Amino acid sequence: MRLTIRESLLAFKRAPLLSALSILTIAFSLFAFGLFALVALNVSTALREVEERVEIRAFVTDGTTRETIETASGDIAAFPEVQNSATVTPEEALAKARKELGEFQDVFDAAVLPASIDIHLKPGFRDPATVKAVAARIQSYPFVEEVRYGEEWVAKLNTIRNIATAAGIALGIAFAAVAVIIIGATIRMAVLARAREISIMKMVGATDGFIRRPFLVEGLAKGLIGGALALLLTYFASSLISTYMMRTTFFTWQLALLGALCGGLIGLFGSALSVGRHLRKI
Amino acid sequence: MIRFSHVTKEYPRTGTALSDVSFFINKGEFVFLTGPSGAGKSTILKLVYMEEKPTSGEVKVASHYATLIKRRDVSMFRRTLGVVFQDFRLLEDRTIEQNVAFALEVTGAPHGSISPKVSRLLTQVGLGSKSNNFPRELSGGEQQRVAIARALVNDPFVLIADEPSGNLDDRATRGIFQLLRDINSAGTAVIMATHNLDLVRRADLRVIEINRGKLVFDSGETTLAPPGRAPAANG
Repeated sequence: MRLTIRESLLAFKRAPLLSALSILTIAFSLFAFGLFALVALNVSTALREVEERVEIRAFVTDGTTRETIETASGDIAAFPEVQNSATVTPEEALAKARKELGEFQDVFDAAVLPASIDIHLKPGFRDPATVKAVAARIQSYPFVEEVRYGEEWVAKLNTIRNIATAAGIALGIAFAAVAVIIIGATIRMAVLARAREISIMKMVGATDGFIRRPFLVEGLAKGLIGGALALLLTYFASSLISTYMMRTTFFTWQLALLGALCGGLIGLFGSALSVGRHLRKI
Repeated sequence: MIRFSHVTKEYPRTGTALSDVSFFINKGEFVFLTGPSGAGKSTILKLVYMEEKPTSGEVKVASHYATLIKRRDVSMFRRTLGVVFQDFRLLEDRTIEQNVAFALEVTGAPHGSISPKVSRLLTQVGLGSKSNNFPRELSGGEQQRVAIARALVNDPFVLIADEPSGNLDDRATRGIFQLLRDINSAGTAVIMATHNLDLVRRADLRVIEINRGKLVFDSGETTLAPPGRAPAANG
């Protein structure tokens, strides 16, 4: 193990320029990945905020007693999909309307507005099909006159989220592949630079695993350093955007750590690929 | 110990390198492998240290068969023999002591045993005082001695030398040859490929001659006492 670490360190010392170059390329390709992940994170945060506003509103027929409405609201709150359910009296509805909509400024008679039950669904149950099913179930109460839930809006939101997820996965894979190829190429250069040493090692009876190990450590280290550098760059970019353009959310520290570790894994994978190829040839 | 039975080796691009070669080398023998450049000497040596596998026929070295040995076992097998080349193959950025120690380190030798063994070997090849020099500070003959010291780290049963004196002047050649003879008299078999016919004639040792991939002359196995026949067809 000591020899492995010594040989890996020696690789950095012998070819500092090549090492720096490969760390930088890894850092930049992971930076591109990080920027995209940041965009994806912020889009999904924004979408979640919008999603939270998705609500089902059930308008109640005039003359329904308050107790009936409260009981129904309690029943609905017990649905597995429902996060909370609240009754809105005509007075509350009017107060809200007067506050939010200018044309209600002069209306003082609450009787013009129907009472309603406002329902929020739990996260994960906000897709069009579930919303529609819950709405249908609420519609079945005899005193419910009409159920509104912004059908089109729910469907659109869902489409946006699906596209964002698919694009995120595809681009993530593409950037990871680019990083693996780049790391593979730089390790390949390192392998070729040490081809003589490798052939001597083979000659004196070093096993493939033994020869591979320093390169794997080298790849892992380069990946980790590149990953950390990319994280730093992404953080700067994120705070720049936050300061000058718009508020952004940065990764949680767990996610950030995972990103840097991914860099290490990509480094390990890239070097395993190119050393393996070289060893099979000789 | 080393047996070639009807060995043929063909390369996809260059064609036949060896054709129907058979011989047997005993434990502790000293054998010259001669013949013009490109005759197939290096191919025979590569088959011995199992860098190549025969296209047909069988190569058996110690208890290993070339056609059966697994990749991992080749590494273990190499630790039982030593190989030196015309171009020395030393690592230029390490001292000669480190070059020799390297061969022990990569085979996982216990750390404490490396240094004493390396200095003993360097003394044996006559370089005890130059252990901290770098290869480029040494003459060709001295560099080849380092390579020989490295080949001996694992106490090999056979030392394979591919044109070890090809880059050396007469004096250095004689020195290297004497060193190989000393190693041989300590019990290690030596297979030395060379086209230095003067050396071969003077030495009076077993000669196997290869030409165009065929074995054209073998002065015969030396068993207990070398029969001392000189190569006839070598002029």
